[in-house]
Amino acid sequence: MQDNQMTSEEIVDRYFLEHRAKVLDIAAFLDRIDRSGSKEKDFRIIALLKCIDELQSGDENRTKRILELLSDHSIEPIDVASTKGASGAPPTS
Amino acid sequence: MSYIDPHIHMVSRTTDDYQRMAQAGCVAITEPAFWAGFDRSSSQGFFDYFRQLTDTEPKRAATYGIKHHCWLCINPKEAEDVGFAREVISIIPEFLDCPTVLGIGEIGLNKNSKNELIILEEQLALAESANQLVLVHTPHLEDKLKGTNLIMDAIDNTSLDPTRVLIDHVEEHTIKSVLDRGFWAGMTLYPDSKCTPQRAADCIEMYGTDRLWINSAGDWGPSDPLAVPKCRLELASRGHSEELINTISFGNPLDFLSKSGKFSIS
Ligand SMILES: [Zn+2]
Repeated sequence: MQDNQMTSEEIVDRYFLEHRAKVLDIAAFLDRIDRSGSKEKDFRIIALLKCIDELQSGDENRTKRILELLSDHSIEPIDVASTKGASGAPPTS
Repeated sequence: MSYIDPHIHMVSRTTDDYQRMAQAGCVAITEPAFWAGFDRSSSQGFFDYFRQLTDTEPKRAATYGIKHHCWLCINPKEAEDVGFAREVISIIPEFLDCPTVLGIGEIGLNKNSKNELIILEEQLALAESANQLVLVHTPHLEDKLKGTNLIMDAIDNTSLDPTRVLIDHVEEHTIKSVLDRGFWAGMTLYPDSKCTPQRAADCIEMYGTDRLWINSAGDWGPSDPLAVPKCRLELASRGHSEELINTISFGNPLDFLSKSGKFSIS
């Protein structure tokens, strides 16, 4: 296992502005959806909001837990692949 | 410092990309057979694609001093029609003796369907009987976790040695189980899905470099043929050693690919 070579202050100095911008992008994305006037929340947005809750958790491995939130947890193969694409969130979440 | 990009689809890229990769230090690439963005209308379409991978593309790469090798298969996105997929599988053996064919790949699953799994198992059997290395594609996004587990179970049901199988496109929720079960793992550096160079660097810090490589999987979609040198730069800027950077982007792919007995960088 490799130690991170940077101190926490160096990490914040280096990456903070980039991730500040990403949070603003998410906020603007949600605002844009609100302005469209739709009352129904898309399952992908519901999943995204759950991920944002998960970010608030103080525990480690946020990335893994968020990927798991966005995963299909069924075990058996599906009968037929009726599409080729993936949507980024399980339809039931 | 030289690097290898062990997973990139150069049939979808321009010669300008070859030039930029060569300028960035790329000395060798391997190109798995994949979905072209549309379904081929006949198995003859795959015959021509395999000729492109084994004949045309190595010549194009050589112009820039890059060694080109490839992997052959029918990809999981075109595996739902089992009869069609079997026709394609039947033409693979005649290409396996080509000097630049390293094995079967990128096989795997896409939507985790029963037919995809049947065709995966039949191609694993081909790899077994022809003693080939295997390069595995794991599904996208919400399908990855389930698909990765189904694929590893399918491989465990064969006599294939896990150290001769690389499971690609791992992320933070799949990397540990892939490595724990004895396979090699690949991290794909994509702008919007899979791993960014930063997250790949994080995984290297968390899991080390053993049995791990990085690749761009550059293709016809949003992707970056210079993603490997970008990840090397990310690691260097964090203070990681030249030795670590060389291991992840040159030594490890060289070790795994050399198991084919056919890989060379000269
Ligand atoms: Zn690929």
